[in-house]
Amino acid sequence: MVRRVVITGLGLVSPLGNGVEISWKRLLEGKSGAGPITAFDTTDYACTVACEVPTVDGRGGGGPDIEGSFDPSAVLSNKERRKVDDFILYAIAAADEALNDANWHPESDEDQERTGTLIGSGIGGLGIIADTALELRDKGPKRISPFFIPSSLINLASGQVSIRHGLKGPNHSVVTACATGAHAIGDAARLIMFGDADVMVAGGAESAIVPVGIAGFIACRALCTAFNDAPEKASRPYDKDRDGFVMGEGAGIVVLEEYEHAKARGAKIYAEVLGYGLTGDAYHITAPSETGDGGYRAMVAAAKNGNIDPATIDYVNSHGTSTMADGIELKAIEKFLGERAATGTVSSTKSAIGHLLGGAGAVEAIFCTLAIRDQIAPPTINLDNPDVDTPIDLVPHKAKPMKIKRVLSNSFGFGGTNAALILGAVDE
Amino acid sequence: MSEVLERVRKIVIDHLDADPDKVTEKASFIDDLEADSLDIVELVMAFEEEFDIEIPDDSAEHILTVGDAVAYIDGKLKS
Repeated sequence: MVRRVVITGLGLVSPLGNGVEISWKRLLEGKSGAGPITAFDTTDYACTVACEVPTVDGRGGGGPDIEGSFDPSAVLSNKERRKVDDFILYAIAAADEALNDANWHPESDEDQERTGTLIGSGIGGLGIIADTALELRDKGPKRISPFFIPSSLINLASGQVSIRHGLKGPNHSVVTACATGAHAIGDAARLIMFGDADVMVAGGAESAIVPVGIAGFIACRALCTAFNDAPEKASRPYDKDRDGFVMGEGAGIVVLEEYEHAKARGAKIYAEVLGYGLTGDAYHITAPSETGDGGYRAMVAAAKNGNIDPATIDYVNSHGTSTMADGIELKAIEKFLGERAATGTVSSTKSAIGHLLGGAGAVEAIFCTLAIRDQIAPPTINLDNPDVDTPIDLVPHKAKPMKIKRVLSNSFGFGGTNAALILGAVDE
Repeated sequence: MSEVLERVRKIVIDHLDADPDKVTEKASFIDDLEADSLDIVELVMAFEEEFDIEIPDDSAEHILTVGDAVAYIDGKLKS
């Protein structure tokens, strides 16, 4: 008997706000989290827009009196704050919310040892690494902080969350670029299925809106550069004027739990992890294969894994980064859905929150979970003139109330790494 | 209160987020001010920068309280 895995807690720090409900509400309202980059001076940068987390200090359009603004001091003391890069800070905040939402606060040895952590990031403490390199050059090796390494290591998001909550089960991490968040949730679900843990805190976090991060993705020709004067219009998946992705930041964390374990303690159950597929393109370091073959095979693998008929997928949250690859993925989704494509529903929530890289797959899995809960598909904003020829409803501009029982979430990363998750309402 | 003590207290309060009332000369970084070994490495670096001195590791090992730090720095500044 295969152990079933369900989602019992959600936590978000997103460019639309701090917390699950405010982010979801603003997403459904068609709001954009994009704005001019406030984190650093963008003179000479070809791209000057990003989706920053609104913060009480004014970053990303936030402020002390603005609803949904993220307050780092509510999460960590100044002393602890200096020991973590922002991606870890976001992961800690989102994990706090998810564990509270799940009402899971393990205290006994057994409960702590059966609860694990699997949080990934695409690039981890990039900003701190860059700043420390400059300090090394300017001041020499003796001036390097003892917290440099533990503040920037990717698996320290899992480490910090486990220390904070006493989670002594599997302590793991994932690094697969923009597929990280989806891989983290899929792999964590398998740890529960295989009996390594009963509960897993899983997801992804990113904080790459730093000079080397933006300059690096500009150099890859991956970022949007045509909408510096209209940031809210910059992320526009499937639209004919799209010209690159908009960088986002934040974290998405879920509490995954073995079904009987969740039922026995009367936990609120959002959805079930029904299928998970992973593939590689073996094609190019940054571009997807032209046929979308890798993404297609990931979707097929997820369906096969869960013994699911693709025609039963009601909603797809696409990878849809607002690049030329959008059309390639859409063709792969059409092929996957088969005859269901004619009545299919696909949207890209990156239109509103940008691309959270290693956080993206986890944040999008949370949006998929909420789509099942509220029976509504979030919109693809800024989709004024689709340049894709498809029968699929891309949910332009406005959220779409509809029957949603099963959802698919795609995440693809540099290096040709692909993950697909299928979530569904729980059948008793 | 000596000038060195005042400057040391300010660094300790800032780096450890410590309650100023607890940062007395007798206060132990680990036992009274909730520092761990990495916090102390960082504190010693801050002392070096503030007073423009070098504190070798074998000396730093013996700096366990606020008073130890003040005494060591006083000695360095006078030599």
